[in-house]
Amino acid sequence: MSNVFIAFQTNDETRSIVDAIMADNPDATLDEQPAMVRIVAPGSLVVNRESVEERMGRDFDLQELQLHLITMSGHLDETDDTFTLAWLN
Amino acid sequence: MQLDLRTVSIKPLRNTFTHVARHIGGDKPASRYQEGTFELQAHHNFHYRPTWAPEFEIFDASRTKIVLEDWNVLLDPRQFYYGSYTLARARMQETAEADFALVESRGLADAMPADVRDLALSVLVPLRHVEWGGNTNSMFIAAYGYGAALATPSTFKAMDHLGMAQYLTRLGMTLASPEMLDEAKAAWMDDAMWQGLRRYVEDCFVIQDPIELYVAQNVALDGLLYPLVYGEIDGRLASMGAGAVVSMLTRFQAEWFTETQRWVDAVMKIMAKESDANKALLEEWISTYYARARAAMQPVAARVFGDQTDDVLAELTEQFATRMKKQGITPRLEA
Repeated sequence: MSNVFIAFQTNDETRSIVDAIMADNPDATLDEQPAMVRIVAPGSLVVNRESVEERMGRDFDLQELQLHLITMSGHLDETDDTFTLAWLN
Repeated sequence: MQLDLRTVSIKPLRNTFTHVARHIGGDKPASRYQEGTFELQAHHNFHYRPTWAPEFEIFDASRTKIVLEDWNVLLDPRQFYYGSYTLARARMQETAEADFALVESRGLADAMPADVRDLALSVLVPLRHVEWGGNTNSMFIAAYGYGAALATPSTFKAMDHLGMAQYLTRLGMTLASPEMLDEAKAAWMDDAMWQGLRRYVEDCFVIQDPIELYVAQNVALDGLLYPLVYGEIDGRLASMGAGAVVSMLTRFQAEWFTETQRWVDAVMKIMAKESDANKALLEEWISTYYARARAAMQPVAARVFGDQTDDVLAELTEQFATRMKKQGITPRLEA
């Protein structure tokens, strides 16, 4: 199975996003690089709005994560509640 | 000349302060909220006891009957520190300013039937004095409560109350005139309808236990007043012909309560969970103060709801009981 990945800038906001992803995707691995954090997962990776909100302590619009996004790979499926990366072919 | 660029990765020796690491389970990157909260409270080596209360240290957890092993646990789910708090309020204020501007520029206040407008003014404007009481009480909690986790959001809440008092003032001036403020003050001081609430607010000023005051102000009074005034009364005024005007001018308060009750609930839940003694004490305080707050709000509600007042208050009490139950607290509340 191919990997999907997503990379964020390292900052105060993304810490909650990364924590949420790591909690919701048990197979994901964290790769901390200078000023960047990359999360790699086999097959698929999901960001749940609710888990991010819980950690961030405020309402969160999933599109806000684009502000901190560096790059990603995989087919993207975006709804109000989830942001899912997967290889669909 | 040739330049070779290479990347050097420098690993920080440690990610956060040792005292923060103790609370977040090891040396991990900590959020600003965590770094600005944990163990900020001074707790050792106080030289002198306050001359006005020599039975206490200058910062003393035993000023309240609530006992917590560690006061750093009272975390705010909103994670407010100065930066995040001011950003959140700036956003709310921007919306509120836009609402006021719209009401003024379209002359929406004049479109309201005069009797509905007078009713709205008579119920809303005197509440600025209640907000001022909320400011004083929150400052007391911040001053005498123990731990930065509790004190910081309390200071923010104090400022929120001042802000809401200002919005009520502006509501009075937008819907009527500056003289409205004097009339509202006179009503607050002399009108029978307000004396119960005024007594409640003034009695709160002499409560010495900061957490008892927290319950009286933040749980009981706020827990009834905001859903009643900015929920039920607002809805009734709208259906009487105020349309969305009053809702727009009080939007800040309504949104503020939804947000702030998350913090109040979290604090209640943590305290009650710590021990049965805490839980029993909180239940006793909530029962006492909610009953008093309800009696105090009764004439205000009756001004709008007439003979349906008891039904409205019973409904709100039930919602409040459900809300407390979620925090593991079951106070005795009259239906």
